[in-house]
Amino acid sequence: MTLIALMGALEIGLIFALVALGVLISFRILDFPDLTADGSFPLGGAVAATLIAGGHDPWLACGVATLAGAAAGLTTAWLNVRLSILQLLASILVMIALYSINLRIMGAPNMPLIGSPTVFSPLIGDNFDIAWQVQPAMLAAVIVIAKLALDVFFASQTGLAMRATGANARMARAQGIATERMVLAGMALSNALIALAGALYVQTQGGADVSMGVGTIVVGLAAVIIGETLLPSRTLWVITLATVLGALLYRLLIALALNADFIGLQAQDLNLITALLVGFALVLPKLKAKMARKAGGTR
Amino acid sequence: MLRADNLFKTFNPGTPIENPVLRGLSLQIDSGQFVTVIGSNGAGKSTFLNALAGDVIVDSGSLAIDGQDVTRTPGWQRAGLVARVFQDPMAGTCENLSIEENMALAYYRGKKRGFGASLNRQLRELFRDKLATLQLGLENRLPDRMGLLSGGQRQAVSLLMASLQPSRILLLDEHTAALDPKTAAFVLELTDRIVQENKLTALMVTHSMRQALDHGHRTVMLHQGRVVLDVAGDERSRMQVTDLLAMFEKTRGEAIDDDALLLG
Repeated sequence: MTLIALMGALEIGLIFALVALGVLISFRILDFPDLTADGSFPLGGAVAATLIAGGHDPWLACGVATLAGAAAGLTTAWLNVRLSILQLLASILVMIALYSINLRIMGAPNMPLIGSPTVFSPLIGDNFDIAWQVQPAMLAAVIVIAKLALDVFFASQTGLAMRATGANARMARAQGIATERMVLAGMALSNALIALAGALYVQTQGGADVSMGVGTIVVGLAAVIIGETLLPSRTLWVITLATVLGALLYRLLIALALNADFIGLQAQDLNLITALLVGFALVLPKLKAKMARKAGGTR
Repeated sequence: MLRADNLFKTFNPGTPIENPVLRGLSLQIDSGQFVTVIGSNGAGKSTFLNALAGDVIVDSGSLAIDGQDVTRTPGWQRAGLVARVFQDPMAGTCENLSIEENMALAYYRGKKRGFGASLNRQLRELFRDKLATLQLGLENRLPDRMGLLSGGQRQAVSLLMASLQPSRILLLDEHTAALDPKTAAFVLELTDRIVQENKLTALMVTHSMRQALDHGHRTVMLHQGRVVLDVAGDERSRMQVTDLLAMFEKTRGEAIDDDALLLG
């Protein structure tokens, strides 16, 4: 694999680290199985691409995209909390609705951004040869900031209340925590991060496409699970670190699998490899436990 | 002071499994009083406690704590008035959070939660001091996961958590039922101490008539969703478990067939 291909894998890995952090909040911290991601990721992309193509500032576009994602998450949570629709179903409804909404926003199935300024443009300037270095570096900075901000938030009084809501809602209410509000806020935060990832993604890929969200949730979940398997911990800052590393490793493994000619895999095999990887990561902890038991038994 | 007036609650109304649990329950508890509650299965003990805590909203009747009407107040908004310890040691704590995080959650009960750090040196110091009074060695295990503690240890910590902030009433829902006899005795002793030290108004549901008479100032028996027996003072201190049984049978005009009440 060439260095540029490696950096490309790293770049996408960093973007999906943001998705994975969002998935971590919904699936793990709030215990809310949320598939909105498949809609909020392209929503972020669509909003950002449309604004940028319309001549607006790329950073402003990212900000608006993030808010749009928060609104999507809020809608899913509201359907569940206020209307008592099953979590999974509520998120599927929003995801489906977002497909139409994304088409409306862009006014077409896709929106190219070739030649438009992006958040990376000021650092790249006219020298496009350094784009492959600048983009991952800037994305890495974004991820580090997001991870640290989440660590600080989840150690705060409100953040701890949010964690308690997912861990034991009845106990949380007994401690005076408005659990419904926590679910609303947490889901908004989760999908805001995912939409921001979508906004950054379209700026690295040169455009938005309405189908770019397919499988987002699986990739995010894969990153979370790989992280948990590699670095099992109950400490929050370690969990967020594991999630980021999981996303990077996932993309790296995918790139390796696709680049190794002798295996004969091609781009269309991506989803199959993803399923196999996630399946393996899910089984690994059980295999480890089984081996530990066997080792203990023969002693 | 707590005043419950003519509480009614029916689960699954209008269905074949309709279950009227509270049927006109009234009870008044003065400040500083420690009341024990007994009753057979289905008497409405747990539902009554859940109604006080706000987990269950009653169909009719009124509930006031310290003169403040809370009949329709959701549970989380009552948390400043009501502290509770659950029957299941798992229910009252978050097993995936650390001991100090659990205590921090309880420390902010009834207070506004902001974006400041949930833990700091002062708080850890406070928690360490409180835990040291348990003499279980937990003061050195603040960052340990709650799930690593035994059921008895968790109930002891739950009791501490319930007393970290002042409350108008402490609800104990058979909080020793899941423990072995020795641990149960320890947790009960701790309960007495914490209630006395903090001069708490408390309501303790128990399955054991012995416990009901040995702890607190007053004993109330529930049956079919109402108070059928209410003893305190000299009358109560002279009472034996057999007397309690006799009174129960006389009041209800039926024999008790719940072994748990007799054997506890």
